[in-house]
Amino acid sequence: MNNPTFTLDGKTIPFTEGQTIIQAAIAASVYIPHLCFNPEFKAHGSCKLCTVKANGRKTASCTAQPQPDMIVESNIQELNDERRALLQMLFVEGNHFCPSCEMSGQCQLQATAYELNMMSPHFDHFFPDRPLDASHPEYLLDFNRCILCSLCVQASRDVDGKNVFALAGRGINSHLIVNASQLAETGFSGDDKAAHVCPVGVILKKRVGFVVPVGQRKYDLLPISALAKGD
Amino acid sequence: MSNSLETAQHPETLRRIAIDPISRVEGHGKVTILLDENNHIHQVRLHIAEFRGFEKFIQGRPYWEVPVMVQRLCGICPVSHHLAASKALDAIVGAKQLTPTADKIRRLMHHGQMLQSHALHFFHLCSPDLLFGFDSEVSQRNIVGIAAKYPETARRGILLRKYGQEVIRHTAGKRIHGTSSVPGGVNKSLSLAERDELLKDSEEMVAWSRDAVQLVKELHFKNSELYNSFGAFSANIMSLTAADGSMDLYDGQLRGRDAAGHIMFDGVKDQDYTTLIAEQVKNWSYMKFPYLKTLGPEQGWYRVGPLSRVQNCDFIATPLAEIERREFIAYSGKSLLHAPLAYHWTRMIEMLHAAETIRDLLHDNDIMGSDLTVRGERGFEGVGIIEAPRGTLIHHYRVDENDLISMCNLIVSTTHNNQAMNEAVRRVAQQYLHGHEITEGLLNHIEVAIRAFDPCLSCATHALGKMPLEVEVLDASGEQMSYLARAGDGASINC
Repeated sequence: MNNPTFTLDGKTIPFTEGQTIIQAAIAASVYIPHLCFNPEFKAHGSCKLCTVKANGRKTASCTAQPQPDMIVESNIQELNDERRALLQMLFVEGNHFCPSCEMSGQCQLQATAYELNMMSPHFDHFFPDRPLDASHPEYLLDFNRCILCSLCVQASRDVDGKNVFALAGRGINSHLIVNASQLAETGFSGDDKAAHVCPVGVILKKRVGFVVPVGQRKYDLLPISALAKGD
Repeated sequence: MSNSLETAQHPETLRRIAIDPISRVEGHGKVTILLDENNHIHQVRLHIAEFRGFEKFIQGRPYWEVPVMVQRLCGICPVSHHLAASKALDAIVGAKQLTPTADKIRRLMHHGQMLQSHALHFFHLCSPDLLFGFDSEVSQRNIVGIAAKYPETARRGILLRKYGQEVIRHTAGKRIHGTSSVPGGVNKSLSLAERDELLKDSEEMVAWSRDAVQLVKELHFKNSELYNSFGAFSANIMSLTAADGSMDLYDGQLRGRDAAGHIMFDGVKDQDYTTLIAEQVKNWSYMKFPYLKTLGPEQGWYRVGPLSRVQNCDFIATPLAEIERREFIAYSGKSLLHAPLAYHWTRMIEMLHAAETIRDLLHDNDIMGSDLTVRGERGFEGVGIIEAPRGTLIHHYRVDENDLISMCNLIVSTTHNNQAMNEAVRRVAQQYLHGHEITEGLLNHIEVAIRAFDPCLSCATHALGKMPLEVEVLDASGEQMSYLARAGDGASINC
C-alpha cells in the first residue's frame, strides 16, 4: 500500500506514521525555514520559525504530524513576514555582528535571514552585555550569538550524558549557562556532540576561525533552502 | 617647526568660518578658521569630528577575529588594517617566518590595495582640483567633470582602481573586507585561472601608471612655483624601509629623517616602536598627535605617506618606479621636498611601483602554492607595522592566556600626519586667506592642502577616555544642581 500524502504548497508529500510535517518535507527535499529543529534531536517547537498553516491553522511543523490529504501552506507571504519578524527579534536581542563573525557564511541564522530577505534588523538593538567564556583551552563560548535553540542542552544531556549546558531565567531574561562557574570547570570536551550542534556561533573551536576562504563557506555555495537537510 | 595659529588669544572676539564637512576625503572632518574684522587669520584647526573606539571594543574578543574586525575601520584601505593586524598576530601564533606563498599572497593583496587607493585618490578625489584649478567652477570640480572634459583620464583612473580591487578580490576573497589573511599566514592562494585573469591586464596597468606619473609631473613642472610653495612647511619624515634600504610597503624597519634629510634613526624594529613614538591628546580633536619621544611634542612631530617614503628610501626595487624616484630626488635637490602638492607626484610613483610589483608577483608560482600557514611558540604580545596608502600604520595587541585581546593600540597613518595637516592648512590660510574676502574658491584651497595628504579621517580617531566632557544636572527651574567635567587629559573636575 502506498504511503499517505499531504500537500505542501501544492506539492504532494508522502509521509509515514510518526513523521512530523518538517521531517516529511525534508525527506521530500522541500525546505521549511527552521532554527531550533535538528533532525537528530527530539523537536520542541520553541523558535516557531517552522510554523506552517495546516488546514488553515497555524502549527509548528517540527512537532505537528500530517494527516492524509492535509493542505499545508509554508512558503506564503503571511508566514514569511512573520518569520522575518521573528528573525529580526533574534538579531536585536543578541549581538550578531556578521561582518566580523567567524561563522559568517556558515551560520544557520544568517543563512535563514538571507533566505527570507531580511534586509535590516528593523527593531532597536538591545546590545546586551554578554562576556565571553574563553576559559576552556580548546573551545570558546560567545554568548552574544545565542538564540536559545537549546540544541546544545539536548546534545549534552541526551547524547553526551553530561548536562554541561542549560537555559536559565525566564522570558526575556532567558540565557544559556554551564553547570559550573566557567566552561573549563565542566566536563565539556571537543569530542562531545554538544560541541558540534550550535547553529550559530556560540560554541566555537579556538584558533581556527576564518580558516575557510570566502567562496568556499557552506552557504556561499548554495542557499540554505537548497541543502538536503535544510541546515 | 610648528606654526603659531593653533590657538587664538581672544577667540570670543573673532568671526568663525567652518568648512564642514571637508569634501572628497575619506571620513568626516572639519576646519575652523577664526578671523578678525579685517579678515586677518588668528586660528586654524583641522578637527576630526567623529569617534570610532575600536581600541576599546576589540578588548575581550578572540585574537583570530581581529584581522577581520578591525578592517571595518575603513572601506577604502581595509586591506592595510587586515594585514597590519595579521602581522601583529603572527607573533601570537609564533609565526616568525611565513611560508613563501603566504608572504607573497599578502604582498600581492597589499599592492592591489596600494594601486586602487592611489588611483582613487588621484583620479577621483584630487584630479579635479589639479586639472581645473583650485577655484574653478565648483559644479565641474568632481570626477563627473573630469569624465566630461578628460574622458580617457577618467576611464583609466576608474579601470586602474578596478584592477586593484580585482587583485584584492582574488587574494582576499572579496573586493572589500576580505578574510584571507589569518594569524600565521593566509587561508587561500590563487588558482591558475585567477592568476591568468589578473596577468592578462598587468602590463597595461604598468603602462597606465607610468602615464599617470607623467601627467602629474607635467602638472608640477607647468606650475612649479605654486606646487613647490603651496602650504609648504618643513617636517621630519618617517617610514618603513627594507633592511637593504629599499622601499618596502609591506614590511621593514622604521627610519626617520630630519627636515634637512639627515637620518635621525634607522633600523628600529616594529616591536620597538614604543621606544620611538608617544602620542599627545588635545582637547579640540578626537585624533591624537604622535611625536618622536627624543624631540618632544613641539619639535618631534613628523610626516608620513608617499612624500616621506619616496624620499626616505635609498632605492625602489622595481625599475620603472626607480627611474621616476631618481628624477624626483634630482628635482628636489640636496634637501627634502616638503611641498604638500608633491604628495601627488610621489603617490603616482608608488602606484607605478605597485603595478610593477603586482605584475612580477603574478609571474611567481609561489602565489599558487598550498603551504599556507605556520605556527610556532605561542606569544602574548605583537606589533604589526605596514605602509598603508596614506602612511605608516601601527597595530599593537596583547593577548591573554585565554586567547582574548587585553590591549589594543592603533596608530593610523592619518594620525601620524595630524600635526602636519594642521601645519599645511595654517600655511595655506596665511598664504591665501589672510586679509582677503573669503570665497568658496579660497576655502577650497584649504581642502586642497588636506586632500594632498589623502587623509582617512574615519580610521584615525581613537582618543577614547580622553575627550573632554561636561555633564550638568539641572533642576526643574533650570538651576544647576551639580556639574562634572573631564579635562582633555582625562582628569575629572567636580564642581
